[in-house]
Amino acid sequence: MDTLTNWRERLISKTSRPTLVTTYRYWLWLALLTVVLINGMYQYSTQWRNGLYVTDMRDRISWGLYITAFVFFIGISHAGTLISAILRASKASWRAPITRIAEFITAVALIVGASFVLIDMGRPERILNVYLFGRWQSPIMWDVMAITTYLTASIIYLYAPMIPDLALYRDRLSKKVGTVRAFLYRTLALDWRGTPSQLKLLGKAITIMMLIIIPIAVSVHTVVSWIFSMTLRVGWNSSIFGVLFVAGAIFSGVATLILVMAILRRIYQWEEYLTEKHFVYLGYLLAAFGAFMIYVNINEYLTEGFKLEEAGEFAFRQLFIEDFAVMFWFYIIGGLLGPVVLMLIPKTRTIGGVVAAAILVDIAMFLERYFIVVTGLRVPLMPYEPASYAPTFAEWSIFAAGIALFCLLITIAIKIFPMFAVWEMTEEHEAVFAGADRAQESMATSGAPNAAAFIDGAPDQRQRTEGDAP
Amino acid sequence: MKQRPDKASAEASSSEEINITIESVDRRSALKYLGIGALGAVPLMVSAPVMNGLVRDVVKGTPADEGSAVAEPALTKSGRIRQWSMIIDLKSCDGCQSQGTPPQCTTSCIEGHLVPQPMEWIEVFEAELPGGGTQFIPTPCMQCEDPPCVKVCPVGATFPTPEGTVLIDQERCIGCRICMAACPYDRRFFNWGTPPAPPEAALADYNPDHQTPATVGTVMKCDFCPDMVRDGTLPMCVQACPNDAIWYGDLEEDIATNGRNIVKASRFISGNSGYRLKEHLGTKPRVFYLAGHGEDVGRDPDETGRMPTEWPWIQRAEGAVTWTR
Repeated sequence: MDTLTNWRERLISKTSRPTLVTTYRYWLWLALLTVVLINGMYQYSTQWRNGLYVTDMRDRISWGLYITAFVFFIGISHAGTLISAILRASKASWRAPITRIAEFITAVALIVGASFVLIDMGRPERILNVYLFGRWQSPIMWDVMAITTYLTASIIYLYAPMIPDLALYRDRLSKKVGTVRAFLYRTLALDWRGTPSQLKLLGKAITIMMLIIIPIAVSVHTVVSWIFSMTLRVGWNSSIFGVLFVAGAIFSGVATLILVMAILRRIYQWEEYLTEKHFVYLGYLLAAFGAFMIYVNINEYLTEGFKLEEAGEFAFRQLFIEDFAVMFWFYIIGGLLGPVVLMLIPKTRTIGGVVAAAILVDIAMFLERYFIVVTGLRVPLMPYEPASYAPTFAEWSIFAAGIALFCLLITIAIKIFPMFAVWEMTEEHEAVFAGADRAQESMATSGAPNAAAFIDGAPDQRQRTEGDAP
Repeated sequence: MKQRPDKASAEASSSEEINITIESVDRRSALKYLGIGALGAVPLMVSAPVMNGLVRDVVKGTPADEGSAVAEPALTKSGRIRQWSMIIDLKSCDGCQSQGTPPQCTTSCIEGHLVPQPMEWIEVFEAELPGGGTQFIPTPCMQCEDPPCVKVCPVGATFPTPEGTVLIDQERCIGCRICMAACPYDRRFFNWGTPPAPPEAALADYNPDHQTPATVGTVMKCDFCPDMVRDGTLPMCVQACPNDAIWYGDLEEDIATNGRNIVKASRFISGNSGYRLKEHLGTKPRVFYLAGHGEDVGRDPDETGRMPTEWPWIQRAEGAVTWTR
């Protein structure tokens, strides 16, 4: 049987492999992302010169793909908080291997999402007016405050639990990597020695950050929804918008986490650490949030649709049976019902099934953000023909560049930072080891198979015990 | 209904127009200043019946206002701040069907403010009547007392004035467009590209009171012509309406004029079953409507359609980029 030391050594060597080994496929991938990014930057330069004229947004549909992307990426950023903070708070032991990846997604998605606000601005060079003349009565200012707070908090929350791992890299990899990274590890590790006082301090810091980051994250997407629901528009004028947006944010965040995990697992052979169990548990989360989203949607559309106030008929027609019906029903059936069904059927309760559900959810949530933004603006306010909107090549290019930037930042982060919380995983593993020993001593039958299953990276669904439930 | 003309308000009558149109000397000096020469003079003379006030003031060396600071509010004789308001008599509005022209209010506003195409700061909508047929609704900015656009602006670029109007400071606007999402009347317009403008627009001294020259990436809308009324001139749309359907007035002094008659505003509104657009939203517009469909000027509600809006100065703005709503 594997000893603890062997296990840890294997963990370190496997998880630090991307930091040490760079394949030609990595460079190809990096080149592809750079091309997409440069194309987007070029398109943005034409927008900078000519104004938002290069988009298809006009006076009547004055927000489009950029605001959709903003809402979508800020939504994705909720992956880190939920997985990391909520599971940490609820002491779910299986979270350890996925927290770091989730926290990176949060920070990166926030940076990308926030940049779409700048991209959407008519006068981006006047951004400092927000600080010079900011009015706290404006929902935009609430967003500026909430997102900057969340970005700061999530970077601290990403960084603090990473300190012991950075110290590990400093001790183990400094000689193997270049001077830049060696300097980075030395600096960022903050002279971490793993002394009891340091551990105590770190534990305290993580607990505090964990507790404050949950309300911050909830506030962020609530405030994002308020940009819409603080207006007098049919379809946006809704009190449930905050709930819909927060639930949708966590929903798409978990889906994105699943996708990133699946890709990294395949490329770097991390099957031992990102096990089927993690995917299935995240799949359960997806299904739970899918069900909750269905409930919120029924609440939203039934209360509005039953009464069908003035202009409500137009709003419902375009969404349910006309222009946006395909998007809407794909969202309801594929994106919300889909993951629930996939997780209900035992046969699809596999990594493949969970990944399929995650793809459905991400597409559906993007479409949801899109039709919320566009249909809300499309409802005519005065007697005029409803406007139409189709994003231009420039808009799609810049949106693609946003996705490329998201991938690029994660791709670069993999080269530099420890993507696994090695120290936390070791702690968990020790606990499981100790638990297994105790179990073997007292009752050799019940608890042990489960612990062994976790070590071997092959969870046994039938023998999973209560304590492991998410 | 009619009252004896008040002296102060009588200034704001049609006599002002005559003064403007005969200022040919100024127009010539303006051309010299612009360096357009003889070629440019022809379209300018033909298409601009009135030398644009914004440019005229600059050419005469008397800028309308100093800098971009908003001017002092207009006061009544007893020193109270005027509360600008508009009353639009739909009984007299036929969408300029009888004139055979695009709505004159829109055209003159475009010409007077050099409004970038395709903006219509005062737009004439054609709405269906419950009993069949249509009515025309000239729609300027409602100048809400509780303006949703002001509430949401992150930088205070759109702001209420003591005169009860809502203006936009295009030198501060960051172009986030949340005000456009917030306005329930579709009365805000964005400069998606470099705004098309005739060459003389560049001469105007920018001020939120008149918003000229327009700048890319900022929001614009009807400003209620506060600079003009302070000088004793009625807004462009009021001056131009051939049916005298648009009344401009001061709620503080309770008076309104269409350039021909003067009325007590409150009685005029109540006595003619006045209403405001989308009152249920609680925005408290400063624009009142008197219900009708042009019956006072002999319009048949079943006679639908109006001439499309034109931007007469666009022929002087060669190569300008325009877009559609």
